[in-house]
Amino acid sequence: MMDTISILIIPIMISIILIYGYFKKINLYDTFVEGASEGFKTSINIMPYLITIFIAIGMMRKSGVMELINTIMEKPMLYLGIPPEILPLALMRPISGSGSLGILKDILTNYGPDSFIGRVASTMMGSSETIFYTMAVYYGAIGVKNTRHTILAALLSHLAAIIASVWLCNVFFN
Amino acid sequence: MNKIWFSMVIIGMFVAIINGNANIINEVILQDTQEAVVFAIGLVGLMSVWLGLMNIAQKSGLINKIAQITRPVIKKLFPSVPANHPAITAIIMNMITNAFGAGNSATALGIKAMEELQSLNRNKKTATNAMIMFLVINMSSIQLIPLTVIKLRIDTGSISPTEIILTTIIVTTISTTVGIIACKALEG
Repeated sequence: MMDTISILIIPIMISIILIYGYFKKINLYDTFVEGASEGFKTSINIMPYLITIFIAIGMMRKSGVMELINTIMEKPMLYLGIPPEILPLALMRPISGSGSLGILKDILTNYGPDSFIGRVASTMMGSSETIFYTMAVYYGAIGVKNTRHTILAALLSHLAAIIASVWLCNVFFN
Repeated sequence: MNKIWFSMVIIGMFVAIINGNANIINEVILQDTQEAVVFAIGLVGLMSVWLGLMNIAQKSGLINKIAQITRPVIKKLFPSVPANHPAITAIIMNMITNAFGAGNSATALGIKAMEELQSLNRNKKTATNAMIMFLVINMSSIQLIPLTVIKLRIDTGSISPTEIILTTIIVTTISTTVGIIACKALEG
């Protein structure tokens, strides 16, 4: 049922906007074009910011830094009750979406999707987002330089997701 | 952002050189930047569609209707945004598309929301409380059905690929709540 809603949500939203506009006697064609002309400008505006952040993310991902951080973080994470097997995913998730998807695939292949590790990893992946990339796109689009407490609040929320995934899977599946 | 970006690049290059992987630096500069360009160009079409639709919704008065209905919740989360401001519609449409996993449409609407919030900003270089709140909620993921994860579980032979939906929704709720509390506490 939810799968169907997921597929239908965009057509539903478009239909509501168009039908409502039609009955309010809006010139749909011209009004759409007028709004759409802004789209090109905005997309091109974010390009330099995307390039800049992609360089930093690429360096972190491909250089071996993540493996290094893994080794350092293993002990403190074990102390928090977080299995070391899911640590690479927990660290990669805020940085790169495609990178963390690759790690999740490895975890599910190696430990099995129905193992404890597999369930925790799946839950964690679905309940968090890429932080640095989203920040670069959204702040880049409007030229904000001073992001204040955005990163700290986002990382706290991410840490909560990690701990809650482990805890909840323990409660649910054990 | 300045310090973080610098550290990520410098440490990355340094480790790559020590590991004898200096060639990945060229690879990153060539390939990853190209990915960024392809993504931005790819966003042009989607961005235009949603901005066109938003324009219709605004002129027809639909935006005011939505703003009225959602006012109680929005007022608590974004107290500095006026009740009938177009930012609210963009935020709500972003959350709906996000919740149902339409990631790229959500990005287009999210950028629109940020632009509207920026129009209320006095200091254009500094993020406002409303922007930070919006981003943190966004980054704690409000997706209802993690379709990519479920697909990956099916591909790796899970007997019950959807059993993680409930845990995912609960964890998302917890992490979003923590994010909102953290924002409110750090606003100062």
